[in-house]
Order: sequence, then C-alpha cells, then structure tokens
Amino acid sequence: MSEKDIFVLGIETSCDETAAAIVKNGREIVANVVSSQMESHQRFGGVVPEIASRHHVEQITLVLEETMKQANMDVSEIDAIAVTEGPGLVGALLIGVNAAKALAFAHRIPLVGVHHIAGHIYANQLVQEMKFPLLALVVSGGHTELIYMKEHGVFEVIGETRDDAAGEAYDKVARALQLPYPGGPHIDCLAKQGKPTVDLPRVWLEEGSYDFSFSGLKSAVINTLHNAKQRGETILPEDMAASFQTSVVEVLVGKTIQAAAHYDVKQILLAGGVAANEGLRTQLQKQVEQLPEVELVIPPLSLCTDNAAMIAAAGTVLFQQGKRATMALNANPSLLL
Amino acid sequence: MKVLAIDTSTFVMGIAVVDGQIVKGEIITNLKKNHSIRVMSAIEALLQECDMSPKDLERIVVAKGPGSYTGVRIGVTIAKTLAWTLNIPLVGVSSLEVMAASAKYFQGLVVPLMDARRGQIYTGLYQAVRGDIQSIVADQVILATDWANELKAYDQPILLVGNDSVLHEATFVETLGHSVQVASETLHNPRPSELAWLGINREPEDIHTFVPNYIRLAEAEANWLARQQERTE
Ligand SMILES: [Zn+2]
Repeated sequence: MSEKDIFVLGIETSCDETAAAIVKNGREIVANVVSSQMESHQRFGGVVPEIASRHHVEQITLVLEETMKQANMDVSEIDAIAVTEGPGLVGALLIGVNAAKALAFAHRIPLVGVHHIAGHIYANQLVQEMKFPLLALVVSGGHTELIYMKEHGVFEVIGETRDDAAGEAYDKVARALQLPYPGGPHIDCLAKQGKPTVDLPRVWLEEGSYDFSFSGLKSAVINTLHNAKQRGETILPEDMAASFQTSVVEVLVGKTIQAAAHYDVKQILLAGGVAANEGLRTQLQKQVEQLPEVELVIPPLSLCTDNAAMIAAAGTVLFQQGKRATMALNANPSLLL
Repeated sequence: MKVLAIDTSTFVMGIAVVDGQIVKGEIITNLKKNHSIRVMSAIEALLQECDMSPKDLERIVVAKGPGSYTGVRIGVTIAKTLAWTLNIPLVGVSSLEVMAASAKYFQGLVVPLMDARRGQIYTGLYQAVRGDIQSIVADQVILATDWANELKAYDQPILLVGNDSVLHEATFVETLGHSVQVASETLHNPRPSELAWLGINREPEDIHTFVPNYIRLAEAEANWLARQQERTE
C-alpha cells in the first residue's frame, strides 16, 4: 500500500467468542485475540444466548486491552473501528456494537458495521489476496451459503440452505450419535475411523439450483439409527459419521465446483467454522483439480472459526470505500449480506 | 469533577452530565424504544450541548441493575468501555437506589420497584436520612405479596417509587392499608443526575471484572443447577 498504513480495529461478538483484532492495510494481522466461551456452553449442549451475552460483558474490555497490548498500540492510533452488526445473537451482538460505538466516540474514530459472513470471506484476504470474480463457500453452525463476488464489497448470494445450516446438521447428528457438543469436530474425527457404509440421501434439489437442504439427511440419520436399534442391529458410530460426512461433503463440494465453472471464477474461497472440517478440505482440494485455472484458498483453522481479524479485514475495504456508521448503529440479528 | 451518568435499566433512558456541584444537563425519556440505537447518540448530543469533549470526562457512573438484562448490559458495556479507554474511574450504583433517590425527602421507608413478571418484583428497602438515601434491605427479587407482608413489621409510612408501582399498588394496599402510598407520576422516572450524585464519591470498581447485578441467574443456568441438585439427592 502506498503512503500511510491503515490500522483497523475489529470487534466480533456475534455468538460465543468475544474477539478483537488489529489488521494493517486489510491484509496483515497485528494483533488477534479470541476469548471462547465454548466450555461454559458445553454443559447446555449448545450456545445459550443469555449466558453468551453475560460472558461478553465480562470479557469485552479485557479482550480489547489484550489486543492493544499485543499490538503495542494506543486506541488513538487506530484509523477505523469495524464491528460485526449482524447476523447473530442479538444480545451478544449488542455488546460488541456498543463497545465499538463507545470507543469510536471517545477517540472520534470512524466506525463501520460489518456483516459477519463478509468477515468470514475476508478472512481469506489475510492469507492470499482476493482475485475477482470469485466464489466463496461459507459453512458454519448458522450458515451454508455460496456467494459470488465480482469485486470488493459486492456480495451476491447464489445459493443458501433452505432449512438447516450444515453445522447445525452436524450438531444434531452428533447428538444422535451421543457425541459431545460442538458436534462438527467430533464427527469429522470419528468419520476418519469409519467407512461410508450406510446409504444416505444426497439432496441436490432442482437442476441448476445452488441451494442446499440438510434436514432430510439429518432425519435419515436419526431414522436409520432408530430402526437399527429396533431390529437389534448395531451401526458403528464411526461408519455413520463417515456416511453422514460423505453425503454432506459430496453435495457441498459438488455444488461449489458446478458454480465455479458456471461463473468462470478465478478463486474459490472456503470460509466459516466448518471450513475446519478435514473431510471437506480434502475433497474440495481434490475436486478443484478439475478446474486448473481456479485457485483454491483455505484459511488456517484459527481464521476459519469466529475471530475479529476477519471483521477488521472486511471493515478495511468498507472504510476505504467510504462507508461510515453513526452512533445510532444497532445490532441486526437478521442482517442481509 | 466532570461525571457522566448512564441508566438504561428500564424503559427509561437517563443520561446526565454533572460538573462539580452543578448538574449541567440531563436527558430522560420513558419510551418503549431501543436503547442501543439511542444511548450513544444521546451521550454525544448532551456532551456537545455542554461544550464538553469525551476527554474532559473524569468519572463514569452507571446504573448496574437490577432491571432488563439487555438494557442494563447496554449501559454497563458503554460505561466499561468509556471508562477503560478514557482511563477514568467507573462506579456502579444500584438501579433501585437511583429510583429511591427521587424520594429522598420522604419521612418513612422508600420502596423502589420494578415488575419482574409472574407476581414478582425487583425491590429493596431504603430510608431517607436528611436527604441521603440509605439501604436497609438489599435489592432482591421477591413476590409482591411476600414483600408486602414483610414490610408490615416495620410499622412505618411506606412510599412506592417507580413506573411499575401502579401495577402492584393494590397488593400493597391490601396488606398495608393507609400506611402505603405511591409516589406522584413525576417522581417515577429515575433521575440520572441522582445517579451521578450517588456515584460521585464512591469507591470505583475494577473496570474489567465489573458486571451488572442481574439478581437472578440466567434461566438455563438455574435449570441446570436444579438438575444437578436432583441428581445428588
Ligand atoms: Zn461465524
């Protein structure tokens, strides 16, 4: 970047991670702090919104202070503050949004609101420069989306889930297999030890659609387990995990490759917490070889799960495009991309 | 000392700027509108009217609950962040104490209250001593009927304060008769200048560990604890 460097402070509190980070010129992580509440929610088998909000209030200034310390910077040296305004849990989002507004106000620093999914996509920018047009596959506990971008800051959702998000299906199947929360990593791990011997559906929906549907698959797993139990048969949990994972990954990867070819993209980005899934990573790497012109970018695990560096990276682009939020910025749990 | 006071624990939004002995300005609204959209804008506007910059502030005082969980959290988050980044002391004051302060010249006992659903109220017992409000019974959540019965033992005039008083007036009158009265309508909105006043000389909190006083556990937590209890029995 020419002339002056731009430092953006990102703040993210949309679910169960209280996070802050400083990113230089939209590409370089200067500080990145994530305080996870996962352990606290484990006993409830999922994230409890009220408890998440309480944790965020406990953590927010600690996380901010740790971030400034890591960066060895003062808030007054920051050029812009970027905060997740949605989607997410409203009570949780409110903590980040109001902390960000208070900071921006105290130091008269420009403020930008960032869409959480835009953040996940821009996590890639911290690894590899984005090349347009590109296709992003966003998979997390709350999201399963295929997003086409022809330039910075412009997002076109070309496919999304019509029912459960992939991560949600993972959690529910994990519960059926009596695996601990969060289910995704446990299924991924178990799947490696099993074989996809159970016949499960692949839901492709109508011809040419890039939408997803996972609730049928989830029900098929639960019914198959139930029926086997009634007949006194046993299905090895690792085989069920492998079968489920194979079905999910086949559809996710299949649709991504189709869309990448159709939209003639230069890059495919994998984003969101489920991007940590090894089965998905491996299959996508294998299948993308069909498209030799296309570059596949998968961020490291620490940038796939929720963090604030990705919010700062996305916020930098919005800031440079002149986007500004006022002191009336609110949390928007159903914000559209 | 220049103090900014913030209270968002009920539908009433209160912001005040106090400079030394002078209440420079306050904003009070009692509207069913979103605090998150309005509080920072109100703080910005009030400081501007008072010709002050955020850097002029020397202390933040916040109403720490009880009240609406989300409401209290908005005020506390803003207060913590401002105090931390401006490197100034933070003081938390009971939201019920602020309410009681509106009745600090009442001869008798002051009972501030907020509706807590299913017949319950957040309340405490306060007494005015020459214009100073003092806590007699700590803030709690209790059935209004039980609280009315407990208050009988004090055998003193009682004043109910707070916008939700009218919801529970009948319960108290039934038990306490003529010794209980409800404050006039103009005293129900907690005054943020009283909040600033209550916090101006108090010992500051540790900013990082400061949290709202919810009084109640989160429902999921309470249920979980109950299940653990059952298991051990
Ligand atoms: Zn996420």
